[in-house]
Amino acid sequence: MSPAVPLEESDDEVGNLVLGPPEIARALTRIAHEILERNKGGSDVVLLGIPTRGLPLARRLAERLEAVEPGLDASRLVGSLDVTMYRDDLAHHPTRTIGETDIPGGGLDGKVVVLVDDVLFSGRTIRAALDAISDLGRPRAVQLAALVDRGHRELPIRADYVGKNLPTSTTERVRVLLQESDGRDAVLIEGGTR
Amino acid sequence: MRTYLLRDVSPLGDGTTDVLLADGVIAAIGADAEAKAGDHPVIIAGSGLVLLPGLVDLHTHLREPGREDAETVRSGTRAAAMGGFTAVHAMANTSPTQDTAGVVEQVWRLGRDAGWVDVRPVGAVTVGLDGERLAELGAMAESAAAVRVFSDDGKCVHDPVLMRRALEYVKAFDGVIAQHAQEPRLTEDAQMHEGVVSAELGLPGWPAVAEEAIIARDVLLAEHVGSRLHVCHLSTAGSVEIIRWAKSRGIDVTAEVTPHHLILTDELARGYDPVFKVNPPLRTQRDVEAVRAGLADGTIDIVATDHAPHTREDKDCEWGAAAFGMTGLETALSVVQETMVDTGRLTWADVARVMSTAPAQIGRVSDHGRPIAVGEPANLVLVDPGIRRVVVPEEQATHSTNSPFRGRELAGCVIATWLRGRATVMDGSACDESVVVSS
Amino acid sequence: MKHLLSTADLTLADAIRILDTAGSMAATQGREIKKLPTLRGRTVVNLFFEDSTRTRISFETAAKRLSADVINFSAKGSSVSKGESLKDTALTLQAMGADAVVIRHHASGAPHTLATSGWTHGAVINAGDGMHQHPTQALLDAYTLRRHLSGPGDVTGRDLTGLRVAIVGDVLHSRVARSNVQLLHTLGADVTLVAPPTLVPVGVEAWPAKVSYHLDETIADDKPDAVMMLRVQRERMSSAGGGFFPSPLEYTRRYGLDARRLAALSDHAIVLHPGPMNRGLEISADAADSPRAVIVEQVANGVAVRMAVLYLLLAGGDAAPARPTNDEAKVNA
Repeated sequence: MSPAVPLEESDDEVGNLVLGPPEIARALTRIAHEILERNKGGSDVVLLGIPTRGLPLARRLAERLEAVEPGLDASRLVGSLDVTMYRDDLAHHPTRTIGETDIPGGGLDGKVVVLVDDVLFSGRTIRAALDAISDLGRPRAVQLAALVDRGHRELPIRADYVGKNLPTSTTERVRVLLQESDGRDAVLIEGGTR
Repeated sequence: MRTYLLRDVSPLGDGTTDVLLADGVIAAIGADAEAKAGDHPVIIAGSGLVLLPGLVDLHTHLREPGREDAETVRSGTRAAAMGGFTAVHAMANTSPTQDTAGVVEQVWRLGRDAGWVDVRPVGAVTVGLDGERLAELGAMAESAAAVRVFSDDGKCVHDPVLMRRALEYVKAFDGVIAQHAQEPRLTEDAQMHEGVVSAELGLPGWPAVAEEAIIARDVLLAEHVGSRLHVCHLSTAGSVEIIRWAKSRGIDVTAEVTPHHLILTDELARGYDPVFKVNPPLRTQRDVEAVRAGLADGTIDIVATDHAPHTREDKDCEWGAAAFGMTGLETALSVVQETMVDTGRLTWADVARVMSTAPAQIGRVSDHGRPIAVGEPANLVLVDPGIRRVVVPEEQATHSTNSPFRGRELAGCVIATWLRGRATVMDGSACDESVVVSS
Repeated sequence: MKHLLSTADLTLADAIRILDTAGSMAATQGREIKKLPTLRGRTVVNLFFEDSTRTRISFETAAKRLSADVINFSAKGSSVSKGESLKDTALTLQAMGADAVVIRHHASGAPHTLATSGWTHGAVINAGDGMHQHPTQALLDAYTLRRHLSGPGDVTGRDLTGLRVAIVGDVLHSRVARSNVQLLHTLGADVTLVAPPTLVPVGVEAWPAKVSYHLDETIADDKPDAVMMLRVQRERMSSAGGGFFPSPLEYTRRYGLDARRLAALSDHAIVLHPGPMNRGLEISADAADSPRAVIVEQVANGVAVRMAVLYLLLAGGDAAPARPTNDEAKVNA
């Protein structure tokens, strides 16, 4: 476990670095292996990333699956699942922009769907994702992969694959930065009174 | 009756002097006033205040009989006194219509009993304002109400033959036809001024030409039959041009403009607030400039309020369903001060002319609109031009709240009004009703 | 955005957001299960003072696809036709807990009055008011234009810059024309209004649109990318004395979209009509049924656009979240 290092690169990124690029890469590689092991290969697997940052994570996982199991085509493994319209907390936030939902050509029926998200927190996003999936098809199984599990669940939901368990206080904020959207890989903890 | 000593007031805004009101007349002016004041005059410190002849409104809707929920003769005339008026002409579109001697006498009597101002009923030109046959104009003229102004206001006497006959007929008793100039076919379903704003708002337009065409026709008719014509609430630049032309030809025509057409424009319709729905409609800034210029150069003879009270239910609805009209008695003088006096286009003497002398002359109202001179009836208003006040319709004396000036700060305030030497307004408040009626 | 009253109130960003959201909604409508739980527990009232089965059904479908409860309140057969005022109707709906009122009214500005009067606290959506505005119609037209004419690939985020649109017919009485002129201008399109001079409003010079009295010239000179035909009301148009044109036949000859004019359009040009059509008056059967007519698609797009409007007006709230969440970070990113 790497010690929390204060960041000094820029002013708007005040927070403690808890995962850097190597740790994130290692965690994803491990999760990829766990997915293959648990599902006895990747032939029935569909990785559904939850926008925004779940989607690049799903793509990275797919690349790793492909690397381990050359028969797989990474691009066909990955889809995007926007859960905005299934959320139960819409009325408590300013109106959210709806993201893209893009299901791979084979559909979801009979597949093992692995939901991929950056941070697992209350579990409400995953609850919404489960509802969204049930409107789109009938998978054989649904599993959950999260880069960070920060605890504080409000629903009976747990992750099948976790990059890092990160005990936090509710007043803290966990930020995941990814190369694809933010220019670099990092997991930061901000705010709170640790 | 009380004696009032007005110290250091400015008659017609010109110089300062003392004025004594006693026994219903102006008893003394200048050094004499103090000397003749007697033992217990009511002394008014008038420094900075302008003394004008009591205002005369040629165009007031008092709504009684018929719509006492919107206004009564009592509430409307009290509002008039608060606005500095000592005489008003009560428009004929009541229910029943003021088209017989009986109805006009009733209104006249209600006014007399209320005692706030002199009420001069206007007689309808046609029976029921239907525009089909002449009402008994002579009977109304000879009644106790002594009607001299006839109008179908709210509707236009659009039949040219009927208009010609009316213009001719009233010559017999020195009457005048006050035309509501609105060509009916051009204004079917019309909701507001036809132009850029109506095009955008999708409200059926009331084109300027619908007013101008009738005015043009009527001045020519008046010329042809040698009658006197009065044009109500002229609102467009083109109408000003036509009146100017008619006067240059020597046609016996007079014209009025309302306070709201001197200051408000059709842009106000953009919020679809029906308080700005009025007939004729609010026009453009160019028209506002033109009517101000017309009033300044004498083309337009008078300012008349077209005070049109409406109940809340007639205004608290979508624009299309709302009634036309806005209140104005209690804001008229302020609007004229703000748009014409404070801008240097009229003097206070001019204000006395356009709001008192000329309307009294057109309506043939004796004892009003007189000079401020010893021996004249004490029909007077004392104004403080230095005060600014915010209009709160609920605090006004009129029974209705459809003032377009709600929340707006206006210049000037009526301090006191006297009707034949009796104060109807004192210190900016209406006098106790019992005092008004009995004294 | 609290209400949708007029396309004039929409910024470019607002308009594109609605169109993009409509795109997301349309994507869900190809699925087997079309219903989304998004507006569960919200109540949408369709308050129709004027008959319009098409528009009402479109709004009703949109609301139901988002799981909102829908109450249809039609002026016909209700207390409204017995003289109940807009105010009292609105107060009644407020008491019933309407989160949104979709209002169709014969008086221009009635939705505006409803939204600003304080009679209802819900969102007000203008479904057509008098001759004023019909913003969702313009939005669905823009959505349709963008789908067909803004180039290949994903149209998300695009405006309509450079598109030439001819709007043909009774501009004077048309809320569809007013809404479209403003929205298409905001989106960067060039609009030409084509109508007999009697059906062009006084004051049109202030509109961001050209005016033409000749359809053939406009087709030849402007080469419009889209032609939008407006409905003409046959009865009132040619009544004696106040007619806006001499006869329906003459109107059709000068302003109708027939096979000849259809053939004169550019190859890529499309034909729109807000419906219901007067076949044989403003549009011939050839034109209405041609492959370039997107009139049926407009209807489908109407549902997606109205879903988007309902979503954007009703889904969000002003209340602060109970606690900071990572969801928030996700949305804000």
